[in-house]
Amino acid sequence: MELPTKTFRVTRADLIRYAGASGDFNPIHWSDRIATSVGLPGVIAHGMFTMALVGRAVAEWAGAADAVVDYGVRFTRPVVVPDDDQGTEIEVTAAVREVTDAGLTRIDITATCGGEKVLSQARATIRTSG
Amino acid sequence: MSLDPSFVGRTYPPTAPYQVGREKIREFATAIGATEPAHYDPTAARALGHPDVVAPPTFPIVVTMAATRQIVEDPDLGVDYSRVVHGDQRFAYTRPVVAGDELVCVNTIEDVRTRGGHGFLTTRTEVTTPDGASVVTVWSKIVVRGEG
Repeated sequence: MELPTKTFRVTRADLIRYAGASGDFNPIHWSDRIATSVGLPGVIAHGMFTMALVGRAVAEWAGAADAVVDYGVRFTRPVVVPDDDQGTEIEVTAAVREVTDAGLTRIDITATCGGEKVLSQARATIRTSG
Repeated sequence: MSLDPSFVGRTYPPTAPYQVGREKIREFATAIGATEPAHYDPTAARALGHPDVVAPPTFPIVVTMAATRQIVEDPDLGVDYSRVVHGDQRFAYTRPVVAGDELVCVNTIEDVRTRGGHGFLTTRTEVTTPDGASVVTVWSKIVVRGEG
């Protein structure tokens, strides 16, 4: 079963807010000068910000803020965030892989930005009953 | 970047307890755009059976990223942090983190390898209450990119 697609817009302001909230002040997430000096095309989103947005999608699919019991991803490609008002967009889809007798649902997640996968092996287990 | 494989299995001393604040959870939830009332409103959280507001699933990174500095900054291991990128991340929950929690982290180096000139370091952090009750287990893999 496919779950409804969710999209998240990401702007530079979002990265600054996430840096403050998470304590991750790595300058590749706010300085084009530093980001390009280490070979990136420009400022990129924190991998953990992308993972948090996908986590929101998972919680929304589960229908509860406390339903996630296992959640893992591999970061495969950076999410480049331009310095404009539009930013970029991350699209998240998922399919149910398994529903266990213990009331757990395992889902396989796909997250893309500009048509390219930014995560692989993205999986979550959510509690769907009890 | 070559990392010393003899570090596999090394466990570091427990970190000082991290006090999870209600406002910190609200700040984190706001930063990621999460809107569920249980992240903001203690009454909504209690309706789900929790003592106070519930943290979003990736919130423990706030605690564990600080905690794993004792590995990344271990001079004997010699990670060049300017060359680090995030490889994998996983959270396995015993229960959600809630405001009022005191969280202690015990870091273990689970795997070290070098491949294609890059170093790969997998850490496991057991996040518990000060009494040792499990809250969440967190795995992170970082890649230390080789020169050139």
